[in-house]
Amino acid sequence: MEKRIRVLVAKPGLDGHDRGAKVVARALRDAGFEVIYTGIRLTPEQIVAASVQEDVNVVALSLLSGAHNTLFPKVVEQLKEKGLNDILVIGGGVIPDADIPFLKEHGVAEVFTPGTPTTKIVDFIKENVK
Amino acid sequence: MDIVAGVLSGSRLALSRGITYVENEYDEAVDIMRKLYPHTGNAYVIGITGPPGAGKSTLTDKLAKEYRKQGKLVGIVAVDPTSPYTGGAILGDRIRMMDLTMDEGVFIRSMATRGSLGGLSQKTADVVKLMDAFGMDIIIIETVGVGQSEVDIVKTADTTMVVMVPGLGDDIQAIKAGILEIGDLFTINKADRDGVDKLNIELEMMLELNPKGVDWRPPINRTIAEKGEGVVEVVNSIEAHAAYLRESGELAVRRKDRLKSELFTMVNDRIVRYIAKQVLEAEGFEETLVNLQNRVIDPYTVVNKIVSDVLK
Repeated sequence: MEKRIRVLVAKPGLDGHDRGAKVVARALRDAGFEVIYTGIRLTPEQIVAASVQEDVNVVALSLLSGAHNTLFPKVVEQLKEKGLNDILVIGGGVIPDADIPFLKEHGVAEVFTPGTPTTKIVDFIKENVK
Repeated sequence: MDIVAGVLSGSRLALSRGITYVENEYDEAVDIMRKLYPHTGNAYVIGITGPPGAGKSTLTDKLAKEYRKQGKLVGIVAVDPTSPYTGGAILGDRIRMMDLTMDEGVFIRSMATRGSLGGLSQKTADVVKLMDAFGMDIIIIETVGVGQSEVDIVKTADTTMVVMVPGLGDDIQAIKAGILEIGDLFTINKADRDGVDKLNIELEMMLELNPKGVDWRPPINRTIAEKGEGVVEVVNSIEAHAAYLRESGELAVRRKDRLKSELFTMVNDRIVRYIAKQVLEAEGFEETLVNLQNRVIDPYTVVNKIVSDVLK
């Protein structure tokens, strides 16, 4: 059987707006990925623990509260601490353009802001997954 | 990474990677399973099945917490359906179990059915073995939300629990063949809803006719899983069933039957794959298809030829 790309979709922090995350989850499903949807209000620790158990190739973080500069790098850091160096971490949500270089420096491979066609996310994952 | 050594020494990463190897049928998988097999057979396997939205995930979460209070290590395999069109899947059972994620005594793995139609993934039995070898005392398998005929869970679990909710159908549903026959115990979840007494009576009537003809009478429990109500009673019922299976010798019989069916499935898979390859790669296969389509030949003749060629 061919390898299936497994993606964990998670919302770190105190933000209950999950419509975007659900739309992305659905688009990834339609692209043939297995999407582990973990819901809202998660700590970086929970996201990392779930990633360990699910052996995912991609962690997709969605955040609309403004805390991305704190929480996204934390997830990346803790994944590395657990030895999960080959996971592709991507982010999305209302993220100011000015913050994107900082996030990329801290291990977030790409950031998708509102208005991004879902096909762009799918293509990015297919091209960059390890 | 040495997966076998890792699984046996409690590495969660090794267990996780091992499951991926098995699921994706990597070449190393057979060797890993071969080496781990002697370390299996110690876990007690509980299957939870029922229609979509009955509360299987929430109940699984609460049962796991109850077993954790007893100090037991718990593995959870949560299965959700794969899209028949794209091969993708949304695995959403973890949402109800996020509290358990940080508990080092629990390991939850979500699996997609990947084309299997019996309510489980074809690889579920191997994933259970991996968790067993890892040292889990209890392994809970949550099936996809089932309709009437997805009964594969009985081939994998020691105790099968069917979760029902009030208000889904009339009493003719209760006498149909299928998932209602496979319950070793029944749980009526969302028991604060209308129709709970009616459902209880219908199940009692069905059980009165005792389709299995054995000494065990499946108990019916009521729960409101979201509030944790009735969960202790469910655990007690599972324990009572486990005790019955052990004392009556039925557990050994069931596990032997299970091995037999697993063995047949494995042999079957291997043969089917071999034959499929032979047939698909055989010269003139395209032509045969065209001939079938044009009614020049019939499929029965073709099958006879394929089988006799393979068995030569």
